[in-house]
Amino acid sequence: MPRPTAEAPRTGHLLPVHVPAEASPEPELDDPRRSDVDEWGRSERMRELARTLLGPVYDHWFRVEWEGLEKIPADGGALLVANHAAAIPSDAPVIMHGIETELQRPVYGLADELFKKVPIVGTLWSRSGGVLAHPDNAYRLLRHQQQLVLVFPEGSKGPAKTFDERYQLRRFGRAGFVQIAMRAGVPVVPIAVVGAEESMPMLANVAPLAKALGLPYAPITANMLVFGPLLGPLGGLVHFPAKIKLRVLDPVHFDVPPDQPRYSRSRIMDEAEAIRQQIQEALYDMLRTRRSVWRG
Amino acid sequence: MGKRVLVTGLGTFWGARVAKALEADPEVDVIVGLDTKDPLVELERTEFVRSDENYSILSRIVEATEVDTIVHTFLVVDSTLMRGRTMHEINVIGTMNLFAAATDSSVRTVVVKSSAHVYGCEPGDPTWFTEETPPQGLPRHRVERSLLEVEGYVRDFAVDNPHVAVAMLRFSNVLGPELSTPLSRLLELPVVPSVFGFDPRFQFVHEDDVVRAIMFVLEHELAGVFNVAGDGLLPWSEVAAICSKRTVPLSPVGTGLVIAALGAVGIDVPPEVTRLLRYGRGLDNSRLKHAGFEYTHTSAGAVQAFVESLRLRSTVGPQTAYRYEREVEDFFRRSPAVVRRP
Repeated sequence: MPRPTAEAPRTGHLLPVHVPAEASPEPELDDPRRSDVDEWGRSERMRELARTLLGPVYDHWFRVEWEGLEKIPADGGALLVANHAAAIPSDAPVIMHGIETELQRPVYGLADELFKKVPIVGTLWSRSGGVLAHPDNAYRLLRHQQQLVLVFPEGSKGPAKTFDERYQLRRFGRAGFVQIAMRAGVPVVPIAVVGAEESMPMLANVAPLAKALGLPYAPITANMLVFGPLLGPLGGLVHFPAKIKLRVLDPVHFDVPPDQPRYSRSRIMDEAEAIRQQIQEALYDMLRTRRSVWRG
Repeated sequence: MGKRVLVTGLGTFWGARVAKALEADPEVDVIVGLDTKDPLVELERTEFVRSDENYSILSRIVEATEVDTIVHTFLVVDSTLMRGRTMHEINVIGTMNLFAAATDSSVRTVVVKSSAHVYGCEPGDPTWFTEETPPQGLPRHRVERSLLEVEGYVRDFAVDNPHVAVAMLRFSNVLGPELSTPLSRLLELPVVPSVFGFDPRFQFVHEDDVVRAIMFVLEHELAGVFNVAGDGLLPWSEVAAICSKRTVPLSPVGTGLVIAALGAVGIDVPPEVTRLLRYGRGLDNSRLKHAGFEYTHTSAGAVQAFVESLRLRSTVGPQTAYRYEREVEDFFRRSPAVVRRP
């Protein structure tokens, strides 16, 4: 028997009153927090600052253009999957900035543990929405918190490409991203990015140096050669003003029940390969219509 | 008939706190406390037995008292307190003997106070450890190694004795008005050390919640592994801010040397804490909550309660410590001259 409400007024019968569980909420504990850093290390104030600083670069340096932004869900969790490029990848901040300003939704970017080991960089990355790429982290963000999560399945193999291999997608890891999306019951939204490759092209990879430093690659970039004489060592940190265009592809829904302990391995691999193919074809299509690297 | 409880480590902070909580429980008939040193709190009806640190007399005690519950709080999780060999004797050999004595005995409930140190602390750690998440790296410190061995004995005992409810509680960093831990000692310094460029997220649990969790598990005879940690993670810089202190960044390279230099001037930062100052750690506390446990403090609340007690202590000074005198205790407990009111 429902309790009487304004819509369903009290009838003549005497009803036993059940106090619903929600009516007695747990007493809220005193939580004297001082900062707005969330459990993932993200600080909205820090994001605000990052957006203020990145805004002019986004608008006037990279002149970012989106296509199909409406395909990114306005609510609910989704795993954003994109191609990864440039020695210092410019795609991650551009995607996060674009979605946060256009959709007013936070984006959590998954990254390798390398980020966490580097002083300052790790903390800044974490405060501006970076999260360690661990399956448990991705699952919790997507399933329990219904957030947008960005991942580059190529991992460091994407930016480690040299310039002659640009826009040739690497292997999509071990397809863990499909498995997580299935477990979390969220769609995968593929995004094709054109322009990041040319923003910091890697001419050569000094493999012995990378090995000695414990890095995935040690690049010699065109930016070092062009900006180096002007700016010294800082020149290697400045991107070229390549025009960045992004195309959001149709979300992929998997139609499998969430929270299963295992999913078909062959299905996972097939889905990952299909998504990789889609992004690869979208890249070729966008490159066919691109008249200039700088003007798009 | 009520419960008959054996508490290990009665002379430690936790053993004493648990014994006090048990004394207040009318369901508990007998409390036997075991330790190498005298208890530091005034206990009314707990029987104190002095033993050596690895409990060679334990099986005789279990047999003689027919205890049905063991609360194993005597596990050292602070490596600054003693040398590695002593810690090994207490943690590993002590646990081994304890469970050897408890096998095929009257014991039906066991609660072990373990620590979140068993999860280790690596850059590749997930933000939240569940009870099932394996450590992401090999154990790096003797506390971790020691506790992992202890947990191995606990698991073996649970498998060999399916009729016994074995609960293992893994506690996050404990803070509270009375407890002294490596982290609380850092927060008591005029300035709080941190590692330059790192601001990891920390989780805390209030000392009252630790005792309440042990009592809750005993009362409900829960079995299995449970994380015990307050809600929420907060950056180390914020922890210092709640304590109204500044942080002093230590060099991120050669941190070990700096820590060694600090040790020489009496500031002990054990290796398990040094790692935490870089990467932090979070425990998923939902399993114990789903069992019905309610926390009284969040992580930030535990820090706040700690710093408030710190301010009080710095004004009125430390309370005088209790001294155990066997003759006096025996007089109060057994002399016919003492008038006992039911």
